[in-house]
Amino acid sequence: MSTATQDSAVSSGKITRTFIYLVLLMSALFYLLPFFVMLVNSLKPLAEITGGNMMALPQTWTIEPWLKAWSTAQIGVEATGLKPYFLNSILMVVPAVVISTGIGALNGYVLTKWRFRGDTLLFGLLLFSCFIPFQIVLIPMATILGKIGLAGSIPGLVLVHVVYGVGFTTLYYRNYYAAFPTELVHAAMIDGAGFFRIFWRIMLPVSGPITVVSVIWQFTNVWNDFLFGASFGGQTQPMTVALNNLVQSSTGVKEYNVHFAGAILAALPTLLVYIVAGRYFVRGLMAGSVKG
Amino acid sequence: MANYASDTDFRTKLQGWIPKLVLSPSIAMMLVFVYGFILYTVYLSFTGSKMLPKYDLIGIDNYVRLWGLSTWWTAVTNLAIFASLYIIICTVIGLTLAILLDQKIRGEGMLRPIYLYPMALSFIVTGTAWKWFLDPGIGLENTMHLWGWESFEFGWIKDRNMAIYTIVIAAVWQTSGFVMAMFLAGLRGIDNEILKAAQIDGASNWNLYRRIVIPMLRPAFLSAFVILAHLAVKSYDLVIALTGGGPGRATELPATFMYSYTFTRNQMGTGAASAVIMLMTIAAIMMPYLYAELKEKS
Repeated sequence: MSTATQDSAVSSGKITRTFIYLVLLMSALFYLLPFFVMLVNSLKPLAEITGGNMMALPQTWTIEPWLKAWSTAQIGVEATGLKPYFLNSILMVVPAVVISTGIGALNGYVLTKWRFRGDTLLFGLLLFSCFIPFQIVLIPMATILGKIGLAGSIPGLVLVHVVYGVGFTTLYYRNYYAAFPTELVHAAMIDGAGFFRIFWRIMLPVSGPITVVSVIWQFTNVWNDFLFGASFGGQTQPMTVALNNLVQSSTGVKEYNVHFAGAILAALPTLLVYIVAGRYFVRGLMAGSVKG
Repeated sequence: MANYASDTDFRTKLQGWIPKLVLSPSIAMMLVFVYGFILYTVYLSFTGSKMLPKYDLIGIDNYVRLWGLSTWWTAVTNLAIFASLYIIICTVIGLTLAILLDQKIRGEGMLRPIYLYPMALSFIVTGTAWKWFLDPGIGLENTMHLWGWESFEFGWIKDRNMAIYTIVIAAVWQTSGFVMAMFLAGLRGIDNEILKAAQIDGASNWNLYRRIVIPMLRPAFLSAFVILAHLAVKSYDLVIALTGGGPGRATELPATFMYSYTFTRNQMGTGAASAVIMLMTIAAIMMPYLYAELKEKS
């Protein structure tokens, strides 16, 4: 699909076009404003925030709030800054994304190219599991993680995110592989290629676009998760939970500038992923995962 | 010779089993961690569990109790308000922006990521940003006063009756760009020849969209609805970050209700019952969709 170059057949007059641009620009303002406000105010001293205008640029520019949010701010009972929690999130997100994407690719391959009786039912069950409200699994999950000794640990969080992420990754790969000609797979089988050889040599080389979608999706979901982190994180809380603790702390003066710097720090990895690969995400979605 | 034959026989058999073996860990995980856990929670909802799980069946008492609680009714009412506004507004904004962006717009490559980026932010970050932006003392209201609009008032976030709408605003801000992307994908998938033919037949732009384009976006509408509806029911972090369920209990949702009843008020049975109600709501939305989807594809 050469989507980017396709012309729309609709034509419109000059006034209409001005109006369209106006609406589009106003919307852009709406989306940018809260982030702009956070960014600007994270670079101000506290006095300028409480006594000034949130839209104004800093009179004195300072990176002090950023340094404080990163390494000395009070999170819960300890003044460690967000640094250790950022590390927790990284240690959690990387294995969770790699494992769930790998499993999803294999599942999608089996479900489209090695079909068997009942596979649609299994896929349906797997798909439904993506959409369950996680409240329904919180109580038993807490018990089980405690029993197998993974409560309050990074491996525990990785396990949780893999379990509840596999449904989505499988969905992506299944829809993507469904469009891949099965004849090619059959031809390779006749030539004597086995299950894994076909996967490595034929399926994986064409899986780029959907892998981008799956990785971005999982990365954002796992990085941004709060519920599991808050419930099962224990001492190894991820970034979102730490940020919430920082912002909601009721002791002392509310250091808004530090809160904003912290919030941007928490958003930075996913934002970077979007800036670098967001284009491919939308393109990949168009290529298969959203029917339309 | 016989040995060789049985060897190949074994290999073909193995080839037949490999796919199922590869799939089986996921299936096992799913059966335990999803469906097993669901059954367990359903069971707990019929027990007198308080701080820890107990296995004494007490019938439907928890459900009776749940629907007798005014907090639960507040949560359910809030969810109804939040979900309907969130779904409708996101769809309208998403569709409008997608249609406008599809008019050969210069700078589309710049605008699209601007609309889409909030989706990269967690609800905790979104909540932190909006909580402050909407705070009458330092946020928007204060700014308007400083700019000379003295009578400007916007204190929804502190108002018991209006606070739920601030959650709608923040949630729409976070998700509507994604809905736009879904509609844009749908629009770009429509064959231009159909549109050109309609134009030659003299259809106005308005009619073109109303009669031809929007009906053809049916699958995108459906996907958007399903995604938004399940996000709405699951909404938890945004409330925690934006209002903490307050002022008072004014912005409590079923998700926050379940958490506080189960883990802080030690009413695990009632908490489990509320989780079951949430699951049933999602199932009612998802089942017909999944059924249609899978039937069509297989």
